[in-house]
Amino acid sequence: MASDDIDRSTRLALYRSQIEIRLLEKRAYELFLQNLIKGTSHLSLGQEAVAAGFAVAMRPDDYTYCTYRGHSHTLARGAPMLGVLGELMGRRCGLMGGKGGSMHLTSVAHGVMGSYAIVGAHLPVAAGAAWSAQLRGSGQVSLCFFGDGTCNIGAFHEALNFAAVWKLPVIFVCENNQYMEYTPIRSVTAVEHPAADRAAAYGLERIVVDGNDADAVYRKARESIDKARGGGGPSLIEAMTYRTSGHSRADPAKYRPPGELEEWTKRDPIALYRARLLELGFEESELRAMDSAVQRAVDEATEGAKASPTPPLEVIDKDVWADGGSSWRN
Amino acid sequence: MPSWNIIQAVNDALRVEMRRDPRVVVLGEDVGKFGGVFRATLGLIEEFGADRVIDTPLAEAGIVGAAIGMAMYGLRPVPEIQFSDFIYPAFDQIVNELAKLRYRSGGQYSAPVVIRTPAGGGIKGGHYHSQSPEALFIHTPGLQVIYPSNPYDAKGLLLSAIRSDDPVIFMEPKRVYRAAKGDVPEGDYTIPIGEARVVREGRGMTVIAWGAMLHEAEQAVGQLPELDAELIDLRTLWPLDIEAVVGSVSKTGRCAIVQEAPRTCGFAAEIAALVQERCFPRLEAPIARITGWDTPFPYALENDYLPLAPRILHKLRELKDYEA
Ligand SMILES: Cc1ncc(C[n+]2csc(CCOP(=O)(O)OP(=O)(O)O)c2C)c(N)n1
Ligand SMILES: [Mg+2]
Repeated sequence: MASDDIDRSTRLALYRSQIEIRLLEKRAYELFLQNLIKGTSHLSLGQEAVAAGFAVAMRPDDYTYCTYRGHSHTLARGAPMLGVLGELMGRRCGLMGGKGGSMHLTSVAHGVMGSYAIVGAHLPVAAGAAWSAQLRGSGQVSLCFFGDGTCNIGAFHEALNFAAVWKLPVIFVCENNQYMEYTPIRSVTAVEHPAADRAAAYGLERIVVDGNDADAVYRKARESIDKARGGGGPSLIEAMTYRTSGHSRADPAKYRPPGELEEWTKRDPIALYRARLLELGFEESELRAMDSAVQRAVDEATEGAKASPTPPLEVIDKDVWADGGSSWRN
Repeated sequence: MPSWNIIQAVNDALRVEMRRDPRVVVLGEDVGKFGGVFRATLGLIEEFGADRVIDTPLAEAGIVGAAIGMAMYGLRPVPEIQFSDFIYPAFDQIVNELAKLRYRSGGQYSAPVVIRTPAGGGIKGGHYHSQSPEALFIHTPGLQVIYPSNPYDAKGLLLSAIRSDDPVIFMEPKRVYRAAKGDVPEGDYTIPIGEARVVREGRGMTVIAWGAMLHEAEQAVGQLPELDAELIDLRTLWPLDIEAVVGSVSKTGRCAIVQEAPRTCGFAAEIAALVQERCFPRLEAPIARITGWDTPFPYALENDYLPLAPRILHKLRELKDYEA
């Protein structure tokens, strides 16, 4: 089980990151139900250990590419809660000034190169970013997160082959939460492990990790990032996990077989991690203090975002082109 | 006659045609057990089985490619692309294969595929759940493009589309998917492809719209009876019912086109060109285009981006008052 190859402050960072994601996303769900977040939002409740485990192992200038289910990855890289919640609510204080919304969170300053709402689109992009890092000799690594359903679209296979042929510093992380939207992944995939069982086709090692165990994820992250940074080429990692929320919005997830949610809830990554920390001698009071500090931060961000106005009409045609606008068009 | 929304009308059209014609199959992401992201295929798998209602992997190019193959060998596939924004991974299959099969085989065969896809803004979906890409498909010779605005037309046109021997892009206006309700006959009826509908007669100006924006245009012209506007719902975008358009503009001398897609190179531009070619001596004012912006689709500014009734009304007033 938990060995002491992970130091104390790293463990606290892993815990804190998961709590930040959990508490902020619970708030996001409330705000959605109150119609303060409009349209949609895709939560990672139950999947927090994957985002935390990788982000804590990354260097600040490494790249994160993620999906519409990307609040977790954006927060884990240190993007401010106010900017995240503000964007979800379509406010000026949002990371993109409210013009993007939940599915497109981007914060280049934090290495969050974007949340992509077209499934598969970001895998070749992440490979290209890795080529750039390699050419510049910057030592940066490109991390690309996506779901199990994504392993069946062409872009996945194209990107994996690029990365393998060019030996790029890119790590593809499949968060296998068992579902492609409302359809069980096993009913539409030729192999049991949609990512790992395809690794061999690209000459890569078959890696499956417990995605609900932040330490296990962190160890795999550290290993694969070191390998990529050291010129050892790409990795494809399949993290087994489960989203305990619906696919999006207020999806009641009636398609789950009876008992499945309960089984996975027993393996809640945060409950597991908390128990481990206590076992390792961390003080309950220390963790509780961290919980409340994070809750306060979420509350403050919520108030800040609520107080922020919606963007004015004048910004509608800003940032279409390098000149900052779209002046020569209509 | 039941009063249905567009989703129910689409669902019923699929059921009617699947009962009538064993060659019809439905395929797409989540269309089977779950009944589709917008529930348009609900209940079909129970009635017609998993051989005819196919839950596919997440792979749009594969879905359309497979549908083409099915159609070439005698089936009538109706693939669903969950949002028209996700049609681009299949763009190559549609533009390079589906559209050209009849022509490039010297008329030996075609692929009668009907791609159903919810389109347009209105659900605060932002950049990738809001686009209205009809112009790209109208620009592609070999494709028919249908974009109904109400349940009655949706059912009748979908039945015609499935029976057509050429491919169809069938765009469903998700902004009014549930809001646009109306009487829909049970059983079989068709609306011919390529026939526009005059929603409201008038002599002051011609207003042309389709899809969700038809309802905005209707609201606008209803607010100001002195416009005396004739409102045309194109229903089928391509082949365009040019006679209906020319007939109306010849009568009114003024023409406005409402389109939610970006302005530049949108279908409104093509209609404007055709109208000036055919109605030049009769035109009393420049043709007005009331459109989306030439920007990606913004999340928080959705209602500014879309040409909703207030903006339409403003422009129609200008059109009415225009004097050369
Ligand atoms: C190209 C494309 N097709 C379809 C969709 C609609 N869609 C959004 S998420 C999703 C399922 C993705 O499943 P998975 O990759 O497992 O990610 P998860 O949502 O489980 O995190 C689908 C079909 C899309 N966004 N893009
Ligand atoms: Mg999944």
